[in-house]
Amino acid sequence: MMSHAAYVLASYAVAVATVAGLVLWVVVDGRSRQRELKALEAAGIRRRSAEAPAGESK
Amino acid sequence: MNETSLAIRKFSDLANPTRFLALAARVLPWLAVLTVVCFAIGLWLSFTTEGDYQQGETVRIMYVHVPSAWLSMMCYTVMAISALGTLVWRHPLADVSAKAAAPIGASFTFLALVTGSLWGKPMWGTWWVWDARLTSVFVLFLMYLGVIALNRAMEDPARSARVSAVLVLVGFVNIPIIKFSVDWWNTLHQPASVFRLDGPTIDPEFLWPLMAMAIAFTLLFFSLHVAAMRNEIWRRRVTSLRRQAARNAGRETLAP
Repeated sequence: MMSHAAYVLASYAVAVATVAGLVLWVVVDGRSRQRELKALEAAGIRRRSAEAPAGESK
Repeated sequence: MNETSLAIRKFSDLANPTRFLALAARVLPWLAVLTVVCFAIGLWLSFTTEGDYQQGETVRIMYVHVPSAWLSMMCYTVMAISALGTLVWRHPLADVSAKAAAPIGASFTFLALVTGSLWGKPMWGTWWVWDARLTSVFVLFLMYLGVIALNRAMEDPARSARVSAVLVLVGFVNIPIIKFSVDWWNTLHQPASVFRLDGPTIDPEFLWPLMAMAIAFTLLFFSLHVAAMRNEIWRRRVTSLRRQAARNAGRETLAP
């Protein structure tokens, strides 16, 4: 049988791994979405609300 | 309403995704710092306070287990309120909120189940029993997975929003069952010892680290939720911009 300390350690290890995974997922997801938005903007594709009111029409 | 200002004066102003993004950018750094500080205090208390005379060191598992379990229910409640927002008020961000919360809730439910198991083995002598509390939390975990699967099954967020909102609301019946399962049935899981009508029955030695960790976990949830909502808004913008680009490209090639 494992010692009590081993169960405590295992619990905190699982907790750290889960929370780290969540944080990493949110950060990486946010960064890649932002990169996509920047790439789209660089390609000249803008949201209609963000477009210049006159001109710029193709 | 002032069209040019991005300031949020009323709750309904949050319905504008651009305003929400501005608010998220302002609030997130503070939330993140506050979460880290609370975790530092919580973890310090968790490992410097005394062990229990019966549970020994394993009482420290509770400082992770109990906040995760609380959050698993709070997150589902947030999703249920968001589902109401989708179906009743048609709040444009309600569906974003529910969709962003589901993976976070599933993670905390998973954490509650695993840490509970790791506490149960040395204290109860078993990893798992099918008592009312454990089973209902397991059902909650499956509900989260179901909502995530449903959200991903449909491409169009406008269509999946209403369907998953109905599923979330139907599943909400499980939350009071989880909360009161320990009172209604004879469970191996112990009844509530913190949120009771007659006040907490646990020793302050355990109450303080538990409270500190509960606050830290709650702040963590809200930081992650706001960040995940922001990501979801960005994701939808990318999709609509790509669609717009495809339409424009089609028009250009069709034009003589």
